[in-house]
Amino acid sequence: MKPVYVKSKGLQDTELHYCPGCSHGIVHKLIAETLEELNIIDTSVLICPVGCGVFAGNYLACDAVEAAHGRAPAVATGIKRTCPDQPVFTYQGDGDLASIGIAEIVHAAMRGEKFTTIFINNGIYGMTGGQMAPTTLIGQKATTAPLGRQKELHGEPIRMCEMLSSLGGLVYAERVCVADVPHIIKAKRAIKKAFTKQLNNEGFTFVEVLAACPTNWAMTTRKANEWVLGPMAEYYPLGVIKEV
Amino acid sequence: MAKELWKGNEAIAEAAIRAGCDCFFGYPITPQNEIPEYMSLHMPQHGKVFVQAESEVAAINMVYGAAAAGKRAMTSSSSPGISLKQEGISYIAGAELPAVIINMSRGGPGLGTIQASQADYFQSTRGGGNGDYRTMVLAPQSIQEAVDLVQDAFDLADKYRNPVLILADGMIGQMMEPIEWKQRPSVELPPKDWAATGRHGREKNNFVTSLRIDAPDCELHNVHIQSKYDRMAEEELRYETIGCDGQEPEIILASYGTTARICWSAINRLERKYGIKAGLFRPITLFPFPYDQLHQIASRPGVKAVISVEMSQGQMVDDVKLAVNGAAPVHFFGRAGGSIPTVDEVADFAASVVKGGAGK
Ligand SMILES: Cc1ncc(C[n+]2csc(CCOP(=O)(O)OP(=O)(O)O)c2C)c(N)n1
Repeated sequence: MKPVYVKSKGLQDTELHYCPGCSHGIVHKLIAETLEELNIIDTSVLICPVGCGVFAGNYLACDAVEAAHGRAPAVATGIKRTCPDQPVFTYQGDGDLASIGIAEIVHAAMRGEKFTTIFINNGIYGMTGGQMAPTTLIGQKATTAPLGRQKELHGEPIRMCEMLSSLGGLVYAERVCVADVPHIIKAKRAIKKAFTKQLNNEGFTFVEVLAACPTNWAMTTRKANEWVLGPMAEYYPLGVIKEV
Repeated sequence: MAKELWKGNEAIAEAAIRAGCDCFFGYPITPQNEIPEYMSLHMPQHGKVFVQAESEVAAINMVYGAAAAGKRAMTSSSSPGISLKQEGISYIAGAELPAVIINMSRGGPGLGTIQASQADYFQSTRGGGNGDYRTMVLAPQSIQEAVDLVQDAFDLADKYRNPVLILADGMIGQMMEPIEWKQRPSVELPPKDWAATGRHGREKNNFVTSLRIDAPDCELHNVHIQSKYDRMAEEELRYETIGCDGQEPEIILASYGTTARICWSAINRLERKYGIKAGLFRPITLFPFPYDQLHQIASRPGVKAVISVEMSQGQMVDDVKLAVNGAAPVHFFGRAGGSIPTVDEVADFAASVVKGGAGK
């Protein structure tokens, strides 16, 4: 019998800890398939964030390093500069990348570090229990914004793709989501493109994934995906933000 | 080999290159700027990596990454910058990575002064960042010793998979002295089979991490790390004594780095001006601290007191007390905030201790 679907070799044979309906697992799968298709499972190094992705090194099959909160781009710089022939990528949440690690990501992009960042924007601090992130939408409730995010109090949410795209070192930034099958296919294409550009030594590549966090959004999976495709995609436009 | 005149910071940078340092990540801060400046020119000439990071936080995390990839990585800074590196140093210790960190320390707290100081002793020897960990701390008193210790530091870091800190001060960094580049024996070191280098056919992936989410696992990890510190105390203690053997000193000055040099002269001054015989105990490893060795000297008949001489308000004196442990009274003399004790100040204080009956 010919199997119609096999799990990617880019994934380890283990159970994931993610909540039902969480997007992390889907994105892991897309990365795993990309590594396998580009034949770089054996050469790549993943830098994990502090956040729900902290165990990604137990799930993806390539070598991995766990960074301090927000520091993954600096850790990746240390690896890529000393091992320029190895594919290197960071996997970071929005608290990790857009808040505590904002300096590290901006400067890695400015220097045009030749690694790839997969940015999981779920608009919330997942691992610590639903606190407000720099990406939380106006009006969206969080455990540290019980009345919802307010513009006067918290400012407007940060658009990382657009912000980083002003920097010369960034050669590719695309925003995707994984809320339904057509979008998953597009997300896969973007991730593969980012890695391919890295393999061609073009510069810093960045893929932002609008991700669902049903647990901390207090939504069903279906509602959460509707939230991604609705209010989130409205504020964070999907598509290629920069390509040179 | 002929002696050459070198400035401390530049000599330290050159020593790192000779020790096989693969990469340097730094951020400007006085009084250590000549280290990144030297590295920015010379590392690329050797085909090695130099990056000026956006902050000390980023620099130490670049070190973490390069070390995780199995490279010999180094960073340098001075006190306020070393404070920012503490997060990264804790992660390096937790993930059991080798790294060399230089602190050309200056007076604090806060922005303090750019003048030389030894006020980072607690931060250096007690862990500095979060968690039960220690860095090995080496304290040079001359440019020659700094150069030798930097080269040893890379081997020690690899041997123990632990960060090694060179604790010097602005004086060592800024002064010039003649040094000799010695031929060094190559040391056998364990293979870095834990490094995240890409699997390249390895059966399972390597995951370099300090995370041990299950408490029993985390405890075991702590016990393991502690066992490395115990081994360091067995195998790596370094110290020097002057005027202690066969000379029956009445008083022992305990001092490291720059102040130990001042104490050399103070010993002579004490003899000539006051007719007092003094000895010097100079720890070179501040962690592990040579407790037993100092205790033995303090226990000798005729030793009336031990004085910890520091450029701080009294930090190493805690270790001196732990070492002496009642064998003799322990006193402290120090200048702080970038001021440097003079030979006369040290000698006069020591004489007053002896004449005052040396009691506490
Ligand atoms: C220095 C530091 N500060 C805070 C924390 C606590 N912490 C752990 S995960 C996290 C937030 C992660 O949120 P995000 O990056 O959005 O990722 P997610 O969990 O949503 O995937 C925080 C604040 C930490 N581990 N270290």
